[in-house]
Amino acid sequence: MGDKVLMKGNEAIAEAAIKAGCRYFFGYPITPQSELPAYLARKFPEVGGVFLQAESEVAAINMVYGAAGAGARVLTSSSSPGVSLKAEGISYMAGAELPAVIINIMRGGPGLGSIQPSQSDYFQATKGMAHGDFRLCVLAPSSVQEAVDLTMEAFEIADRYRNPVMIVGDGMIGQMMEPVEFKKEVDPEKLPQKEWATDGAKGREKNVITSLFLDPADLEKHNWKLKGKYDRMEENEVRYETYNLDDVDTVIVAYGTTARIAISAIELAAEEGIKVGLIRPISLYPFPYDIIKKTAADVKNFLAVEMSTGQMVEDVRLAVEGQKPVYFYGRPGGMVPSPEEIVEKVKKIGGGSR
Amino acid sequence: MKLIAGYPDSLTDKPFHYCPGCTHGIIHRLVAEVIDELEIKEETIGIAPVGCSVLAYEYFDFDMQEAAHGRAPAIATGIKRVHPDKVVFTYQGDGDLASIGTAEIVHAANRGEKITTIFVNNAIYGMTGGQMAPTSLLEQKTTTSPFGRDKNKEGYPIKMSEMLTELDGSSYIARVSVHDPKHIRQAKRAIKKAFNTQINGEGFAMVEVLSTCPTNWGLNPLAAIEWLKENMISTYPLGDLKSSGEVD
Ligand SMILES: Cc1ncc(C[n+]2csc(CCOP(=O)(O)OP(=O)(O)O)c2C)c(N)n1
Ligand code: SF4
Repeated sequence: MGDKVLMKGNEAIAEAAIKAGCRYFFGYPITPQSELPAYLARKFPEVGGVFLQAESEVAAINMVYGAAGAGARVLTSSSSPGVSLKAEGISYMAGAELPAVIINIMRGGPGLGSIQPSQSDYFQATKGMAHGDFRLCVLAPSSVQEAVDLTMEAFEIADRYRNPVMIVGDGMIGQMMEPVEFKKEVDPEKLPQKEWATDGAKGREKNVITSLFLDPADLEKHNWKLKGKYDRMEENEVRYETYNLDDVDTVIVAYGTTARIAISAIELAAEEGIKVGLIRPISLYPFPYDIIKKTAADVKNFLAVEMSTGQMVEDVRLAVEGQKPVYFYGRPGGMVPSPEEIVEKVKKIGGGSR
Repeated sequence: MKLIAGYPDSLTDKPFHYCPGCTHGIIHRLVAEVIDELEIKEETIGIAPVGCSVLAYEYFDFDMQEAAHGRAPAIATGIKRVHPDKVVFTYQGDGDLASIGTAEIVHAANRGEKITTIFVNNAIYGMTGGQMAPTSLLEQKTTTSPFGRDKNKEGYPIKMSEMLTELDGSSYIARVSVHDPKHIRQAKRAIKKAFNTQINGEGFAMVEVLSTCPTNWGLNPLAAIEWLKENMISTYPLGDLKSSGEVD
């Protein structure tokens, strides 16, 4: 601990889960996240963990449901098409208030799409994962170190709210190698007991894990209780980073690896005397509306940059509330925007002053 | 004085919501009695399905999880992997286990998950109002096979128990019925064996229980019992289909 090691994103996330005290993994193979399960399959035996390759993502997420309901810290990972299959189980987990961490190393879609990096599952992750009135906490790292830190934190957030937490990365985060440091190590034996878990009703009343509330008055109450948790998340779990926001004309809003490309674009623009800043949402839900809204007073316009045809941009518009124009630049389908393209777009929207 | 019969400790005092003549209630009771006799109430975690027995967690007086439709064996897998020393069982209908959850039951059995499954086969979808199940008999009329199940259109009654016996991971597979006291006693023996298979750490165990659905079969309770006896058993023969013989 404390030492920096060079690791691939997918493997670093897996190691972060171990360091967070997670000892259970259930998943189904899919590119581009394969190194993550492979790492755990190798490493879990050393720490007494259970790695199980399920027959499908549908089964995998339900194994996660069972393990979470039994009181364990549990992880699953997948990529876009697999997450679609997990959606059913994620809805049930939100309904039954089960904590778990779900990794989505996003690839191009829709359908089978491609295996190249993408950010096209933003809507799915933040708004429309599956049926029912629920939210996931969604975290989007932009470096391998941040992927490690957020993965470890995700387990804490999941337990704190009894709700699934999703880490969304794109194929680049999963594949790139960077030096990382694991800042702490959690002993799973020392985690607080979950008094609601089903682990055998010895000396206590029975526990039930369910998302069924047949009486509409009960379900309404349950829905409001869940809403209360989401409100608390909105109060306490908003995460973002700003870069170069003083005295700029255009603010780029971008998350994940796209934000790194945006920083290159900002530097490139600066060389031409064009003043551009960045707001990087780290939590996609809860979304950092306030900082964007506040910034709107001081800038000419916003540019959302995404590896999609435009999803997060809708939240940027909601945040700006019509105060300033919000523009979009995106490359979908597994194509990655270049800094030059972004600078071109900044010039086109006329935000930059020379 | 020795008490030879009583209300099982493993059942809550909540009255069953099942229709008159429905044998779900008998099967619940058998499971509860077995759990009492094995003295494993405090070690047991059950998984309720989606189907008429969706509220089983209100009747069993031990830890329970409610599953999405068909996914109980995957949930059981997750629980058992976390608590290998506990007793984990699923209670599932035929739509749940033999249709939407086919993959989950086959792979749980094939992995030799040390869980027990109580598979209630009533040849119909009870909860949703009498649709055809994969277990519906040939010629059986249901709301979605109003002219009778046609093998050329809807295929054949699926024999899950026979299928699962072929898997190396399954240790004990039996089919029983609850249409009369003699068969009820046999059913209880099989259920006990299925739990003991798990407790002895052998592998996957399942008991398929032929059950009635008077409401959706359109029969009164007595006629339903008769229908089960006359029609279901010939398609679904009773007995231990696979047994290591070590547990009894
Ligand atoms: C994903 C999903 N699809 C469909 C349903 C609707 N549904 C509820 S119960 C059921 C069938 C249950 O039949 P069975 O498993 O035979 O149990 P029974 O009611 O006969 O005991 C169906 C299709 C559902 N709840 N979830
Ligand atoms: S509908 Fe059928 S299976 Fe359901 S409770 Fe009534 S009789 Fe039993």
